Amino acid sequence: MERTEAELIAAVLKGDSSSFEPLVQKYSPRVFATARRYARRESEVEDIVQEVWLKSFEKLASFRGEAPFEHWLMRLAVRTCYDFLRGHQRNRESAFSELTEAEEDWLERFVVEPSSAPEDSDAAKLLINRVMEKLSPQARLVITLLEIEDRSVKEIAELTGWTVPLVKVRAFRARGEMRKILSKIAKDKYL
Amino acid sequence: MNHSKLQDKLLQAARANPPSDQVPYAFEKRITALLASRKVEDKSVVWSRALWRAAFSCLALVVLLGVWLHFRPTPPSTETADDISQDFRNTLTAQNDTPTPP
Repeated sequence: MERTEAELIAAVLKGDSSSFEPLVQKYSPRVFATARRYARRESEVEDIVQEVWLKSFEKLASFRGEAPFEHWLMRLAVRTCYDFLRGHQRNRESAFSELTEAEEDWLERFVVEPSSAPEDSDAAKLLINRVMEKLSPQARLVITLLEIEDRSVKEIAELTGWTVPLVKVRAFRARGEMRKILSKIAKDKYL
Repeated sequence: MNHSKLQDKLLQAARANPPSDQVPYAFEKRITALLASRKVEDKSVVWSRALWRAAFSCLALVVLLGVWLHFRPTPPSTETADDISQDFRNTLTAQNDTPTPP
């Protein structure tokens, strides 16, 4: 018979670390998808996910079982991703590299007729990734959670540990930061 | 160029392209092995920490004993030594001191 999550967690806390494996198996897809939002290289993604699981194992005793394990784990995952972004801030300070031909084509199509630039194209994906990489860690986290993952301010506050007003302030600043980057791209390209 | 429209369009692009949730092969095995190795490592760390603590405690005890032996208040040894030498001299010269009968 398959054991429940609560039973698995209780077994891990009693010292049976092999009971942790089904939890890793079940939730790794979600953790990987989250980590891939913040890190581009696959080796970095694996490092982040590994750290999330090691931390969750170490801190498992602090899981009270009041909320689902998944919520607790995702909080840990988001905070680990944020730490990763803060630790790699230097990367975003590098010079804005030139746009690829596909990205330039996409931008040109957008300038001529915004609706003609498809949002599901690879070029659009590359461009948004490029913009996200230029954002500060706070701005990137807020934009990802609020605008891309479509989470509420309250949810973001719970995930990040920030207060609701702080999330709102950071979201406002993040949008401004993003517009600034976009205007820089436009300036570099069209002026 | 309308920046806020571009921003919306790019955010739509990000929403339309969610990241893959693919997990590398046998990733959970790797995590379990890592946890097991950390556990073994933890035991050795605990042992070495305990041994180091014991070594430092012994060293501290030796130093304290050394200091105490060096600076301990010595008993008035001169007096005792004087007493012994006096006794020794008295014993040796006892015969001379004994008044000879007339």
